Amino acid sequence: MALLEVEDLHTFFKTREGEVHAVDGVSFTLDRGMTLGIVGESGCGKSVTALSIMGLVPPPGRVVSGSVVFNGRSLVDRKQRELEDIRGRDIGMIFQDPMTSLNPTLTIGTQITETLRRHLNMSRDAARKRAVELLEEVHIPNAAGRLDDYPHRYSGGMRQRVMIAIALACNPKLLIADEPTTALDVTVQAGVLDLLQELRIEHEMAMIMITHDMGVVAETADDIIVMYAGQVVEHAKTLDLYDSPEHPYTEALLAALPQLEGEDVRHGRLTSIPGRPPDLIAPPPACRFAPRCPYAGQDDCAVVPPELREIRPGHWVRSAHPASERMGHPVGAR
Amino acid sequence: MTDLLEGAAGTGNGNEPLLRVRNLKKYFPVKKGVLIDRTVDYVKAVDDVSFDIYPGETLGLVGESGSGKSTTGYCVLQLLKPTSGSVSFLGRELTTISRRELRAMRRETQIVFQDPYASLNPRMTVGDIVAEPLVIHGIGDRRSRRRSTERLLEVVGFNPDFINRYPHEFSGGQRQRIGVARALALNPRLIVCDEPVSALDVSIQAQILNLLKDLQREFNLTYLFIAHDLAVVRTMSDRIAVMNRGKLVEEGDAEDVYTNPKDPYTKALLAAVPVPDPRAMRVRREERRKLKGALAEPV
Repeated sequence: MALLEVEDLHTFFKTREGEVHAVDGVSFTLDRGMTLGIVGESGCGKSVTALSIMGLVPPPGRVVSGSVVFNGRSLVDRKQRELEDIRGRDIGMIFQDPMTSLNPTLTIGTQITETLRRHLNMSRDAARKRAVELLEEVHIPNAAGRLDDYPHRYSGGMRQRVMIAIALACNPKLLIADEPTTALDVTVQAGVLDLLQELRIEHEMAMIMITHDMGVVAETADDIIVMYAGQVVEHAKTLDLYDSPEHPYTEALLAALPQLEGEDVRHGRLTSIPGRPPDLIAPPPACRFAPRCPYAGQDDCAVVPPELREIRPGHWVRSAHPASERMGHPVGAR
Repeated sequence: MTDLLEGAAGTGNGNEPLLRVRNLKKYFPVKKGVLIDRTVDYVKAVDDVSFDIYPGETLGLVGESGSGKSTTGYCVLQLLKPTSGSVSFLGRELTTISRRELRAMRRETQIVFQDPYASLNPRMTVGDIVAEPLVIHGIGDRRSRRRSTERLLEVVGFNPDFINRYPHEFSGGQRQRIGVARALALNPRLIVCDEPVSALDVSIQAQILNLLKDLQREFNLTYLFIAHDLAVVRTMSDRIAVMNRGKLVEEGDAEDVYTNPKDPYTKALLAAVPVPDPRAMRVRREERRKLKGALAEPV
């Protein structure tokens, strides 16, 4: 049995202009101990997918249909009270901005012990002792001495380490990390990513890592989902995805990235994607990438919505023109 | 072009730098006290930085937050007054010239800001924003300015039909095009690009970077390109300068700095960049392990 099964999830936001189809039919499964990377640009629905799983979609958003089964139990249509028992205990969460996700008026120690006391009914002393261990586990120097500091005394990277400590406090089976390193400098980011990987193995956790950065998930993820305009457009094993991307969007996204290595990048042009992502109130009727796709228009792909299909074992793609089916039409610099 | 610059304009050959920065320092005082502020310390945001930029080239200035890269850019443009040091542009010392001369000099030096949401006045139309530099410097009449504005918008790939619309009606990428058009309005020689694409998504980022590359070729522009993203800087720059805690730790030909970094900080910085290649990432993790200690994470 998979740890997490998401099936045909739809999350919409009611606005004055109409209903925004932020997540529109997302399905995937995640096995115990595995890491899934969800990548996509802003507004593609990757964060809302995570919030939907946890039952944290803010109004006016709402999970309209679909199912989320975690550890054999459905998470949708559950009372907030029940979800509160699961969140923080069975599912840990880390968000993008460590500056705003910690409460500035409470000490770091209070914020870690709060979780332990709420979920594990620990005594005050036991919780404090455990909090120090947790801070040591995320490599905070002088952990015991810093327990009673307020968040503003911690740097950005250290705050994110505290967030990780809180998320891991109850040994969750699943950790959802939403852009955990986006607000951090690259050298600090590397440290936090290394730490996450180390702890994930140690705690035998599954992880969903949400990011806009194709580099951040390249090493750590077992599987990667690429989202575009509220839908999964490609889902594959990590190596397979980077070696042979199938969806024109994934190809274009990889080609649009400036390269750190390579010759004479200075005088070349980047492969850009014309236009911009569609409006999710009235998305394109068929393939959502069709208006920007270099291969669209040769057939009915702008009329008939492409299904997410398994093009080879373990590699799913939602396009009428996956790379391996149009040989002789190489795209970009890949 | 402008009378004041006529004499200096001859320096535009390849041997003389367009911009020469020497021993630039910018210290911000740290003040304490209730009624009377005492300066108790200084934040050395820029600490003894020197570099040259030659006509038509791009110098990439990279560093992490707080390294002083943006402050350096502002000091070059005299948007911040340097604590000490020299900024010489077209052979003129900008730190000491009169306000009038500085104003004239500003025609030649423009800036594109990071945040296309905050850097455009929401109460001005696109046309007014792009024409504002022309108005300030008293160039042309209303009709000719309108023509220039339309042409500028066309150059940056922004539909001139939207000249009477307001910035909030456009996406980040389109707004950044407006910002670029405004920077081009006075036909400057030097443009300081301060994190011009860091607020944009990858697919849009590529469009803007390509635009900046094209404009450079077309108008023989010189860029001081400031960014934290090492891959972005690589694709834009002829030469690279790396800053760390206010100091310039390494400077050189872009290819050299990236393939053969000398400074331990540059090495650590390069090894930390996530690249979209699972195999390369594994190698980089090993490199980082070896370099451990070169970087102490702030606590």
